[in-house]
Amino acid sequence: MKTTYPYGAWSGYLGHLILVLCLGVIPLSPQKAQAQEPILAPIIDSILPIDLKEVIVISSFNRGIEHKSQPKPLSTLDQYLESSKKVSMVKRGAYAWDPMLNDMTSERLSITIDGMRIFGACTDKMDPITSYVDVSNLSDIHVESGQQGARHGNVIGGALDMRLEKSNFRPLGWTGAVETGYESNNTAQIVGGELNFSNEHFYVDTDLIYRKAENYTAGGGEEVAFSQFEKYNLSTNAGYKVSENQKLLASFIFDEARDVGYPALPMDVSLARAFIGSLSWVQDSFIGDLENWETKLYANTITHIMDDSQRPDVPIRMDMPGWSDTYGFYTQTELILDDHHLIGKLDGYYNRSLAEMTMYPNDPNEQDMFMLTWPDVRTLNSGIYLEDKISLKESSVKLSTRLALQTFNVADDFGLNSLRIFYPDMAQRQTRVLKSVSTHYHRQFKALHLSGGLAYGDRAPSVSEGFGFYLFNSFDNHDYIGNPDLKNEKALEANFKMDWPIKNLDIAVEGNYFHTWDYIIGVVHPELDVMTIGADGVKVYTNLEYANLYNVSLDMVYQLTSELDWSGLVSYHRGTDQNGRNLPFISPLAYRSQLTYGQGNFSGTLTLSGALDQSDFNPDFGEDHTPAYALLSLSLGKTFSIGGDALYGKVGIENIFDRYYSTYSDWNNIPRMGRNFFMTLSYAIN
Amino acid sequence: MKNIKSIFALLALSLGIASCSNGTDDPLPVADNPLEEFNLTGSFEANGHALEIYSEQEGFTMGYNELFIRIKDLSTEDYVSDATIHWNPVMHMTDKVHSCPRSEISTTGEDTVYKGFIVFQMASNDDEYWELNLEYSFGGTTYTTTEQITVNAPSNGKRTVNVFTGTDDVKYVLAMMPLTPEVTVNDLSAVLFKMETMMNFPAVVDYTVAIDPRMPSMGNHSSPNNEDLLFDADTGIYSGKLSLTMTGYWKINLKLLNDQGDILKGEDVTEENEGSSLFFEIEF
Repeated sequence: MKTTYPYGAWSGYLGHLILVLCLGVIPLSPQKAQAQEPILAPIIDSILPIDLKEVIVISSFNRGIEHKSQPKPLSTLDQYLESSKKVSMVKRGAYAWDPMLNDMTSERLSITIDGMRIFGACTDKMDPITSYVDVSNLSDIHVESGQQGARHGNVIGGALDMRLEKSNFRPLGWTGAVETGYESNNTAQIVGGELNFSNEHFYVDTDLIYRKAENYTAGGGEEVAFSQFEKYNLSTNAGYKVSENQKLLASFIFDEARDVGYPALPMDVSLARAFIGSLSWVQDSFIGDLENWETKLYANTITHIMDDSQRPDVPIRMDMPGWSDTYGFYTQTELILDDHHLIGKLDGYYNRSLAEMTMYPNDPNEQDMFMLTWPDVRTLNSGIYLEDKISLKESSVKLSTRLALQTFNVADDFGLNSLRIFYPDMAQRQTRVLKSVSTHYHRQFKALHLSGGLAYGDRAPSVSEGFGFYLFNSFDNHDYIGNPDLKNEKALEANFKMDWPIKNLDIAVEGNYFHTWDYIIGVVHPELDVMTIGADGVKVYTNLEYANLYNVSLDMVYQLTSELDWSGLVSYHRGTDQNGRNLPFISPLAYRSQLTYGQGNFSGTLTLSGALDQSDFNPDFGEDHTPAYALLSLSLGKTFSIGGDALYGKVGIENIFDRYYSTYSDWNNIPRMGRNFFMTLSYAIN
Repeated sequence: MKNIKSIFALLALSLGIASCSNGTDDPLPVADNPLEEFNLTGSFEANGHALEIYSEQEGFTMGYNELFIRIKDLSTEDYVSDATIHWNPVMHMTDKVHSCPRSEISTTGEDTVYKGFIVFQMASNDDEYWELNLEYSFGGTTYTTTEQITVNAPSNGKRTVNVFTGTDDVKYVLAMMPLTPEVTVNDLSAVLFKMETMMNFPAVVDYTVAIDPRMPSMGNHSSPNNEDLLFDADTGIYSGKLSLTMTGYWKINLKLLNDQGDILKGEDVTEENEGSSLFFEIEF
């Protein structure tokens, strides 16, 4: 592959754009072979291809070698997510990035593992749910934008459902694999393995992965202190066919991270641990014409210990442990009637969120300072979801609705009394009714696919937004106080997509618009005194009158030869409030251009990614100007056959020119990793 | 709060006793001592009587002391009701003698239990001691007794009483009433007296005690929704609201304002000035 570009001398938007375009037409010697499967395969629903859904493929059993299609096979799940078209990540270090969809983070999203609701135990969002799984146990991630994700919960921005990898009664017998990886920049070592047994009546899958990384180095050679991490993840899945029509499935995940540094934050995490388990009953046929009946019971418990014991200089030592336990269920069934495909789902969960903060005075004779930052909030949500996909002539309509009841109960009197300092008349319990309706229309004109939708949905405040007590946000340097009197946030959403395949070129244009009333965000209250030493002020979560968010993206895939694909993506995002003020964490114009080469057992990827200047930022939310950047990365892979087994090796370089950069979503402008060589070896035993 | 609770407890006990004497089917156990939950801080024998003084605290303590008194007739072992009691605590310093602010002694729901409060503005020491003069009457006879008592410095070393001279050249005694602090909006009360003479401490009415609670160990941050202490003519005490957002050591910076709004003592807390010269302390 040709990798020399006069890149270093380039600057300015025009240069970047030209480079994006140039990459598309780099001449390469074409050879006859299979094309590499794109990493991000659009979901192909043979009946009704109308979902605005993106599926991030993580592993596929039929390929033998896992994660082969990814340029960097054993990268963290966070990197898989970041490589997707719709998801972007807020980064506070090298570990546990916080996913964003349509410029919205976890409180406006539903993030689930196989449909299970899980809530992080950290008041500072240092443990998004995606940090409690790993690529070893996932098959793919379904990303659904806006109310298309309402099947999983009450959302504004959308839903991410991470699907666990299962042998699923395929008659494979014993299979196993060993994987190992190394990264030069942060001396990351990755060791993984799996052992599966599957036949037509029974399967059991086990996966194990271990990662350990030291501090990484930013472009130019600056070491980023407190960016180390260590984690391991063990998961097992089992299934038993009770009869040809009935299956009993179970899954269990144990994930533990230790000594995780957060260079962008004043504190680190000594322990983040999750136990996640579920039991499902699946029946192909149900009562009458109802089919595909699935019922799942699940439970998970998360412990998150945040402390600053490793930091040399802090104004005061503190510990901030948090706990989150969730118990839930869902039961769903489908009905196909002529042109209608109906889905009905009942679901519910009960979550308990508790977080403490203990500060140790410099005078050892003084009493510890203690507060409850999450006052043992018990959330009970029960909902019903109905969906109907109607096939018409050359077009289709999808209608869906969700109705849910959400109750909050502040169970701890200490915490309730704390909040009553701010809200003397605050009730211990409150109940909210949450609604979602969505319609989506798709029409096909020969090869051209056009689709668009309108939807309305609302959500309740998150635990932090409703009941947080002096949560320090180091991004805008403010303490945050929850507000139990917040109104539900409501969004009217419009979306469109046009997909136009012309011979070897596939062009897709997509846009989403959200008009959100009562948008929840922290607003400065100058009369309140800060708690955190050095903080600039106190913000109270408040409903803005409204906010507007929109994003458009242009996505192109061009098959240059049967071995060589080019894909390009340009996206633009914007978010403002009722006064035209910029909202935080809105992406500037971003682009990606990728060449993927696959021939026989050889594959290679060359990626250019970058963003323009972030000019629409808002200092009120701690943002500053983020300059433009562009990165070039390369990976090469080859599969070898050893007997009946397969050995797959992949090497690559990320950030080839060792650029020092940070993006709009890097917490406190923490610099990203500089040049990084990586290498992975996978050995599959069949 | 504890005071109110204890009064309720006494009321409940007296009701219990009353119902027992009425011969209910399910008699409540008769409490031997209605002050059982308090500490006997002093018992003086004089004139054929034992004068028992109870307090919530372990002993007489510097600051505000709520005290309960019973008089036992040693000849009959019965407790005396319908007595009138006056008290006068006197501090014998090396160079002078003075008294301290104290209330009248009143009866309680329990007719053998009397109560009042004393604000000891200083603790006893090796060279200086407190004497408690008691004068009590019942059955047409008046008795007196004088006992030396020990007033302890607060065990946690925290300041709950201030003796100071205001800008009006009047000497004041300001004492915080007992508080069980919690992370919530607490009811904070205080009593204010001026020192007219060495022996006379009349209550001061209609002033304002402005409060500004701070945590010196945590950047000297404050808390929201505090209410200054205002005089309540019904109770004779100054009451307000104290918000404590976390446990630990709190310094309640104070300013005393007269009924004209003039500051008599205390300063604002600012970036430069970490605390007022007039303050209370709490640690929990």
